[in-house]
Order: sequence, then C-alpha cells, then structure tokens
Amino acid sequence: MKTMPNNVFQAICACLVVAAIAALPTPLSPPAMAHGYEHAGLKIKHPWTRVTPPGAKVAGGFVTITNTGKQTDHLVGGNFALSKRMEIHEMSMNDGVMRMKQLDKGLEIQPGQTVELKPGSFHLMFMGLSASPVEGKPVKGTLKFEKAGEIDVEFAVAPLGAKSHSDEEGSATGGGHDHGDHHKHH
Amino acid sequence: MAANTTLARVRLVLWGLVAIAAFIGGALFLGQLQEAARQGASLPGAARFGGDFELTDQNGKVFSSQSLKGKPYAVFFGFTHCPDICPTTLLEMSKHLEALGPKADKLNVLFITVDPSRDTPGQLKMYLSAFDPRIVGLSGSEAQIADVAKKYRIISEKVATSDNDYTMNHTATVFLFDGKGALAATLSWQEDEKTRSAKLERLVDNG
Repeated sequence: MKTMPNNVFQAICACLVVAAIAALPTPLSPPAMAHGYEHAGLKIKHPWTRVTPPGAKVAGGFVTITNTGKQTDHLVGGNFALSKRMEIHEMSMNDGVMRMKQLDKGLEIQPGQTVELKPGSFHLMFMGLSASPVEGKPVKGTLKFEKAGEIDVEFAVAPLGAKSHSDEEGSATGGGHDHGDHHKHH
Repeated sequence: MAANTTLARVRLVLWGLVAIAAFIGGALFLGQLQEAARQGASLPGAARFGGDFELTDQNGKVFSSQSLKGKPYAVFFGFTHCPDICPTTLLEMSKHLEALGPKADKLNVLFITVDPSRDTPGQLKMYLSAFDPRIVGLSGSEAQIADVAKKYRIISEKVATSDNDYTMNHTATVFLFDGKGALAATLSWQEDEKTRSAKLERLVDNG
C-alpha cells in the first residue's frame, strides 16, 4: 500500500519532467545557422542575404526584428560592406505585377511586434554592389534605428535564389524545428 | 381506365429516359469543357497576347520572333537591378529546364529586360551566366522594348528611389506559348514547383 503511491508519484514526476522538456522553447533556428543580436529593446534575428548573379548591382537583405521595449521604433537604414547604400523597400505582388516601394519613413516596429523582412515582402535593398556576396562568407554591416541607434551586425550569405535562410540545396523546408510553424504553405 | 394508366406509365418512363439522357449529355459536355481547359486548348483571350518582334540577344545578335515558330516557348520580363523575383524566376526556370531533361530541347526560354538602358546585351550576358545557358536574354532600344511589352501586355514602370536612382515595377508572370504561337498557359512564382513542372511538361508534350 505504501509503495503504490510512491510509484504513482514517481510516474507523475517523470511525466512532468518529460512534459516540461517538451514544452521548452525550441532554439530560434538550428544552432549551426542561427545568429542574433539584442540591443536597446530590440531583438535582431539572423540577418541574411544571398549570392547574386554576376554583374548584379543590387541585392536584397532579410532579418527578423522584435521590439521587446516599450517604445515604437523605426528601422531607418544602415549599411552593408559590399554596397554603396542601403534602403528599406516593400515588395508586393498584385495581379501578376511585382511592385517595389521605398519606405521613406522607415519600417515601424511597435512594442511587442515582430517584423519579418523576407523575400517577397519587406526587405533591405543593398544598392550599388561593389562585389557579389559569397556563400558562407558573412558580410559586415549595420542596422540603423530611429531610437535604438546603429547596431553592428553580420549578414549570413545563402545560395543564389534561396527563399529563406535555411533554404539550402535539398533541404528547402529547413530542419526539424518547424513543426509549430503554421505559416508553411503546401 | 386501364389504357389511361398504361399511357401515364409510358409517359413517366419516357420522361425518365429524357432526364437520364440530359444528365449523360451534360456530364459529357462538362467533361469536354474541363478537358479543354486542362489542356489549355482554348484559353480565353489567348489571341490577344504575343506578336512578332525583333530584339538583340545577350551575344549582341539580332533575335527575331520568327525563330520561335514551331516550338513552344516560355517568356518573362524583368531586369538585372532586381533583388528578388527576377533571379528567383531565372533560377526556377533553370531548374525546370534541367528537370525536363532531353525534352528541354523542345522549349525556348526568353528573358526580356524592361530596363534596356541599364541592361545592355553585355550586362545580360554576365548576369545570365549564373543560370541555364539555354535561357536567351533579350534587350533592345527603348522603343523596341516598349513595342514588345505592349504586344505581351506587360506593365512596366520606373519607380524613383534615393540618389536619383530607380527600380522597376513589372509584370512577373511567365507566359507559355505553344508551337503555333498561341498563349497556352502562365506560370506564377507563387504556385508550387509541381504545378509549374506539370504545365511545362504539358506544353512541351503538346508541342
């Protein structure tokens, strides 16, 4: 009679431990790929760009930014070691027409908001490339915010035409950390 | 009385037969319509797309649309100062050509610039060296490009950015034409790869 509750207690403990481990937040992205920065209430996750075709004068840059602070901030610019200028653009597709718009006032990030700069959407425009980024060789740069100031970052370099930073040849859907991702199409 | 009942029965049976015939006929007709639509045989408004043109290819040679006759072709418009959709489309088309294997020889693929002042044949040659060598890059004078854009019903416009620079808005659809020069289907980069592959296979198979 005495041992039974003990066993049950142990079993419950074991279950709780397993549940707690399962409930732990998964790493932001596979450890080999992930890099990020935190500065003045901003979380900057995995800035990246991709290889451009020879002779390309522009490249797109991508990053996910979360405002963990209490003030609204704006991403207003920055620089990229291989380009003359950085602008912030929004791309849209309507009725088969691709449209580009420069965001003159920058990109607003409200407290608690996460803004994703990604292919087909908001992106950094590196204008006047002096050289093409090389796959696997990170490029130094900065991201400039209206309130948080300028932050040093490194842009990871993905292959030509990659649709996301984990989109490598043969593993387009990324690693095993995406089970909770409801934004996936297919 | 008895004759009346029999007549009523015959009438009922006949009407039943009419209903069945109408049902079968309707189903057959619908099936044909769907088949036609699936084959892209009668794409509405197809005749209004395309037309003859003469441009310059990435090797500086004159390229005439006459050379496209008898073979299906894919054509899309873009420019090399394009960070996203143009290199992505070129890469996807390169992958499709590879996947088609020997069948790819039955297909022409054209990339026409909407930004001829910056995209000279030399610039196109350099840019396209990253993609399948079978993709033909075409440039020309502003007037030639405007003419071909009109024929293919392409929207393209300059958009000013900082430092007196500019980028372009443009139609990003890939148009698929059959061997007779009629628009057979379109590809969108928002479709999945399987859908695009199936459309290209069908285009090449139908000739």
